[in-house]
Amino acid sequence: MSDASSKKALICFIANLLRDCNHVAVGASSPIPGAAALLAKAAWSSPRHVNILGSVKNNFLTNGSQELFDCAAQGRIDAFFLGGGQIDGSANINLMGRGEYPNNTPRWPGTFGSAYLYFLIPKVILFREEHSRRVLVDTVDFVSAPGCSAPETYRTGGPYGLLTNKAFFKFEKEKGCFSLKSIHAGSSLEDILDNTGFDFLYDKENTPATPEPNPELLKVLENEVSVKIRDVYPQFSDTIFTH
Amino acid sequence: MIMKIEELASLIKDGCKLAIPADYSGVAMAVTRELIRQKKKKLHIIGVPTSGLQSELLIGAGCVSVLESSALTLGEYNPASRFSAAIKSGSIKLIDATCPAIHAGLQASQKGLPFMPLRGIIGSDILKNHPDWKVIQNPFSQDDDKIVAIPAIKPDVALFHAPFADREGNVWVGRRRELVHMTQASKTAYVSVEKIVDGNLLDDETLAAGVLPNLYVGAVAEAPSGCWPLSFWHGEGEDKEHLDHYKAVAGTQDGFDEYLQQFIFDGEIP
Repeated sequence: MSDASSKKALICFIANLLRDCNHVAVGASSPIPGAAALLAKAAWSSPRHVNILGSVKNNFLTNGSQELFDCAAQGRIDAFFLGGGQIDGSANINLMGRGEYPNNTPRWPGTFGSAYLYFLIPKVILFREEHSRRVLVDTVDFVSAPGCSAPETYRTGGPYGLLTNKAFFKFEKEKGCFSLKSIHAGSSLEDILDNTGFDFLYDKENTPATPEPNPELLKVLENEVSVKIRDVYPQFSDTIFTH
Repeated sequence: MIMKIEELASLIKDGCKLAIPADYSGVAMAVTRELIRQKKKKLHIIGVPTSGLQSELLIGAGCVSVLESSALTLGEYNPASRFSAAIKSGSIKLIDATCPAIHAGLQASQKGLPFMPLRGIIGSDILKNHPDWKVIQNPFSQDDDKIVAIPAIKPDVALFHAPFADREGNVWVGRRRELVHMTQASKTAYVSVEKIVDGNLLDDETLAAGVLPNLYVGAVAEAPSGCWPLSFWHGEGEDKEHLDHYKAVAGTQDGFDEYLQQFIFDGEIP
């Protein structure tokens, strides 16, 4: 699969995960999740509200950048995306840097709103294209936001799953770990085991292949949504669409 | 109240606790270049709730002693080389936060309160490393219910760029309400604007809802394209070529110093 078509497949995959949501928020510079949210809205009018931070057109909030966090605290956001330079098997994420804080090398930008939104948005999808032992580690060097909390800690949200360019894992909240749900075209269980630095649950005999994107949905993406994506993510749009 | 950029920048003193907005909200880049020309020292920067090229330049130029923010990001022009170098050498003190905590700290100041409680955060290493946050029991709950108390953040100055202001110093910020919150939390605001307009902005009710009244504003300076090379929500897009150039040269202190000389001290602005 070409890079462009594997990115389109990821967009369609994510769009399907957002179908049961009313309000999806997407952070700045997250073109694949942003495109997926726009696609789901265009295809099914569900989610009804898509809010892309940093975009003027696709941002309907009027009370400043704190309004997003107020919305999350009230349960008004159903899904959000987080990534991380490191993600571990307990769904802890590190956006701060490798090595010991505060003198990390490299230092990444910082924690942003993750230490808050991860607690308060029910369906947080961890998305990181790179699937390697460098990113998917046994234990993160810095917990920007924890995957699990003690039962007495107020938490209405948390990790739903982890999507990479090789596979989709669901997070098993009770067990506190990931389980492999489907393997993308071009990868294999062996490949995933080789490139994942944490332990996860899997079915040795029959982990399904990730379904190919629905041709109708792809058509909506190409014909209807590509223009909207170009508005928000011009450079990304140039890499996947031939306008 | 209405003055030249040089004069506005001279009001910001060494050691100032300076609140600045994220890149999407209107960054006063022209004023920032003037701060560098005036060789400010020991600034305590508060990124509301994050910061970007503005902090990167101020840090590289040696103007900053403390960076309090939820992130420093140049977006697709990452990594921020001078920020990384300063972390490596330990030349700046970091107070790393998470976005809503910056907003909450400012909100406490805005309301004249000692602190604001905030959900989430418990279990994050941000909490372990933050010098000021405290975990308290929810006083209204019979159960074990911990919540994080964020003390008021009280900047000396809020500095940002806005579309326009009138001659009385009323500034139109539209729906960028974080600029209002940030300003009301600070002792005063210094604002650069694309243009100064005639009349009083509060006379027009459709504009008035988006006006930051001059009660809170200490100085306004006209600076067309004042966000350059960053994009402005009410104006031009970013200067990609310039930002690519910055990324290419800022990797070394020498390259950065040449950049400063060319674009800031010699003031070569396209």
